[in-house]
Amino acid sequence: MRFGIVTFPGSNCDHDAYHVVSHVLGQEARFVWHKDRDLSGLDCVVLPGGFSYGDYLRCGAIAQFSPVMESIREFAAAGGYVVGICNGFQVLTESGLLPGALLRNNDLQFICEDKTLLVANGHTPWTVLCPETIIAPIAHHDGCYYADEDTLMRLEDNGQVVFRYAGRDGGEGDEHNPNGSLNNIAGICNEAGNVLGMMPHPERNAEAALGDGSGASLFRSIIHSFVEGRA
Amino acid sequence: MRLRVHVTPRAGVLDPQGAAVAEGLRHLGFDGVDSVRVGKVIDLVVADGLSPDDAVAAGRKMAEQLLCNLVVEDYTVELVD
Repeated sequence: MRFGIVTFPGSNCDHDAYHVVSHVLGQEARFVWHKDRDLSGLDCVVLPGGFSYGDYLRCGAIAQFSPVMESIREFAAAGGYVVGICNGFQVLTESGLLPGALLRNNDLQFICEDKTLLVANGHTPWTVLCPETIIAPIAHHDGCYYADEDTLMRLEDNGQVVFRYAGRDGGEGDEHNPNGSLNNIAGICNEAGNVLGMMPHPERNAEAALGDGSGASLFRSIIHSFVEGRA
Repeated sequence: MRLRVHVTPRAGVLDPQGAAVAEGLRHLGFDGVDSVRVGKVIDLVVADGLSPDDAVAAGRKMAEQLLCNLVVEDYTVELVD
C-alpha cells in the first residue's frame, strides 16, 4: 500500500507517520509538500499533526486553501483513504471534509498525556483489526469536538463516531474526557468511512519502544481494508 | 476605507475563555458581570474605489469563506471609515 504524508509549513508529526507506515509496517511512503497537487499512485493520504501555518486565525483554517487540499478533496470524493491526526483532524473539519469543529480545550490547558480510546465502531476500514481499546497520546490545545445537535445525532446514528475517550478498562464516562468534547468524541469518520479524523496520535504508540504499540492496529486495519478491497 | 469584522462564539457554543475572564472580573469585584463571550476583531483596509455597500458585501463573503467558522462562530461586518 502506498501512503502519502502531507507536509504543511508547521507540520511536525509528518516524520512520525512516515516512520510508522514505512519502517514499522513496511509500506511504501512518500512526503507530499503542501504546494504539490500530485497524489498519483497513492492509496492513503495522511494529514499529520503539528501547527500548520502557525495555527493562524484558527487551527487548520489556512491549510484548507493549500493546493494539496484541492487534490485531497478529489481524492476523498473518489473513495481514497484520508486520515487526519490532531492538526490534520482540524484541517479536515475546517475544509468541510468532516463535520463539526475543534474548539479550545474546556480547561484552556494544552494537554499532553496517554489516553485510552474506546473503539466505538470496529467495522470501519480504519478499525477492523483494532482491539476494543487502544492507547494513543493526545497533545493538543484545541481538541474539544463540537457539532450542532442534528449533526451529532447523525454521527451517532450512522456509526461515524469511531473513537471515544474512555477509562483504562474501556469504561465510558465523562470523567475520562480530557477536553470537553461532546459525547466524549476522540475521532469521527465521514459517512462513506474513507475519511477519518482523530485528535489522539496512534502513530506515537505504534511500536513496543513507545508503549503497548496498539496504535499500529489502526494502520494495520487500513492496510488490511485496502488489500481486501482490491482482492 | 476600513472594514471591521467582529467574530464571536455562537450562542450555545462553550466559551471557556469567556468563562475564565468572567471569573477574573468577579475576583476583581465586578459583581455585575453575568457572562462574558470572547471573540476577535479583524480590521481590513479595502480599496477606496468600492462603494460602501460593495465593501460590506465583500467583507461578508470574506467572513463566510475564511474569517469566521460558521459551525461555531457568528460575525458582523461594519464600515469603520
